[in-house]
Amino acid sequence: MSDAARTPVRPAEPAAFDVETMRREFPVLARRVHGHPLAYLDNGASSQAPRRVIEAVDDYARSHHANVHRGVHTLSEEATARYEGARDRVARWLNAASRTEIVFTRGTTEAVNLVAQSYARPQLRAGDEVLITHLEHHANIVPWQMVCEQTGAKLVVAPIDERGELDPDAVEALMGPRTRVFACAHVSNALGTVLPVERLVASARARGIATLVDGAQAVPHGAVDVRALGCDFYAFSGHKMYAPTGIGALYGRESMLERMPPWQGGGDMILTVSFERTTYNALPYKFEAGTPNIVGAVGLGAAIDFLGSIDLRGAHAHEAALLEHAHAALAPIPGLRLIGTARRKLGLVSFVVDGVHPHDLGTVLDQDGIAIRTGHHCAMPVMDFFGIPATARASFAFYNTFDEIDRLAVSVERARRLFGGDVG
Amino acid sequence: MDLQDLYRDVILDHNRTPRNFGPLEGSSTDVQGSNPLCGDRLTLHLRLAGDRIEDVRFEGHGCAISTASASLMTEAIKGRTRAEALALFERVHALLTDDAAAPDEGLGKLAALSGVREFPARVKCASLCWHTLATALKSPAPDAIAAVSTE
Ligand SMILES: Cc1ncc(COP(=O)(O)O)c(C=O)c1O
Repeated sequence: MSDAARTPVRPAEPAAFDVETMRREFPVLARRVHGHPLAYLDNGASSQAPRRVIEAVDDYARSHHANVHRGVHTLSEEATARYEGARDRVARWLNAASRTEIVFTRGTTEAVNLVAQSYARPQLRAGDEVLITHLEHHANIVPWQMVCEQTGAKLVVAPIDERGELDPDAVEALMGPRTRVFACAHVSNALGTVLPVERLVASARARGIATLVDGAQAVPHGAVDVRALGCDFYAFSGHKMYAPTGIGALYGRESMLERMPPWQGGGDMILTVSFERTTYNALPYKFEAGTPNIVGAVGLGAAIDFLGSIDLRGAHAHEAALLEHAHAALAPIPGLRLIGTARRKLGLVSFVVDGVHPHDLGTVLDQDGIAIRTGHHCAMPVMDFFGIPATARASFAFYNTFDEIDRLAVSVERARRLFGGDVG
Repeated sequence: MDLQDLYRDVILDHNRTPRNFGPLEGSSTDVQGSNPLCGDRLTLHLRLAGDRIEDVRFEGHGCAISTASASLMTEAIKGRTRAEALALFERVHALLTDDAAAPDEGLGKLAALSGVREFPARVKCASLCWHTLATALKSPAPDAIAAVSTE
């Protein structure tokens, strides 16, 4: 399709960050839960959508929907322009060298599976190693376990310490002559730790090891530049950065994607098919078999436009202040222990309270209109490391307020008293 | 829907000081139950003498609802026959899940679990120990049961 058919990305014109103005962009924040204003502190699980995303999705469904890459008719061209326009936005957002390096996926999970099956599986031999870390989300553990089982390769896990930090020297010591892939989170979803990915990716590259960074928790909180980072693959999910569910992307260095065989077969990923031989489509379509999540991509494109239109630096500074405030507000609560006290943290606090199971805490907080996540956060090895079954996790977006965090602290204290904690 | 309705005094009390908690000397059946969603795990120890539950204890960690439910259950079934315990399981199951169920008089302290029904996300917490019990009592070879899961 022609370049002219793609929707242009609107130039950003940021206004200074103001949280109350920002909140008005997110319709759901006006609702009440159990008689209280909603305090949505579960953004690490999934964030809310701004009006601009909701309207883009609505407009697409009302006026432009058709299948992409297929028809010569007007609607198909419009749908294709919007879908491919979203790809341009993602490429620019991550600073990829080319739009062909962006493969749309269902999310982070599918992106990691794609790399495990299409990149790693064909080349892993028995005795080779895949190196991950102890703080990964199950999405960055299980696909590697599966490919190790399929190939006889070994999964090696870099340790974390009591703060939830990774010692880069220790990780580098595990990068051996048989290490073929190094995969790690950019930011931990269970602990909030920011990993030293720049250094680790550089070390891996210097040793000829392919690198994948799971950016699911990083993209909502800071600018990501995949070329500066130098990783081979970067995965993220739209629904944690204000876009709809079911859409995300894999960035893959072009030279890597070129070498990889398709992962799934079907329509759209082919050039020609006969029963004797099929030739595959060019990047990135080789990896996008079947009708994609067009409306999801439209929403993701709108989310990126939205982020480009706000004072993102101001927004991220606000998030950092929220995190600091949360630490200060929660720390004085007797019997409360923060899980994850890394020196570089982003976006969330995980904690446990003596005598109060996280599940009960979640229910008490919900009654006060406060939404948090409780459980193992799809990071069971992290829970095992700290010797706990679960934590409570409050995770922030730039539309959260200091007042919401104060309410969180009051509600946690209320739960502690209800379950018979000491009157501190 | 009120928090006091879920966390009644009986529940809070049994959570704080669970009854029949710990290992059981000479148990005849030990079955594990788990709720993969929240990571709760419990082990139910039973000493069966013929058809009668001579003694029962439980171990593990869980939320207040699951701990209290297990504690209340052990009190309610100790000394009962298999059939009686299974009949109780059915009544508690109805109490937890059936909105149309008539109030069940005579459940005693177990009636404190009725508030759980209003909190759908928490029903499995309360029912975990009961499902574990029912599976153990119905199985011809209970020790061969891998683990009872709520999922
Ligand atoms: C660090 C991390 N990796 C991967 C995932 C999986 O993302 P998704 O479920 O959107 O594929 C998540 C989401 O929970 C996450 O936080």
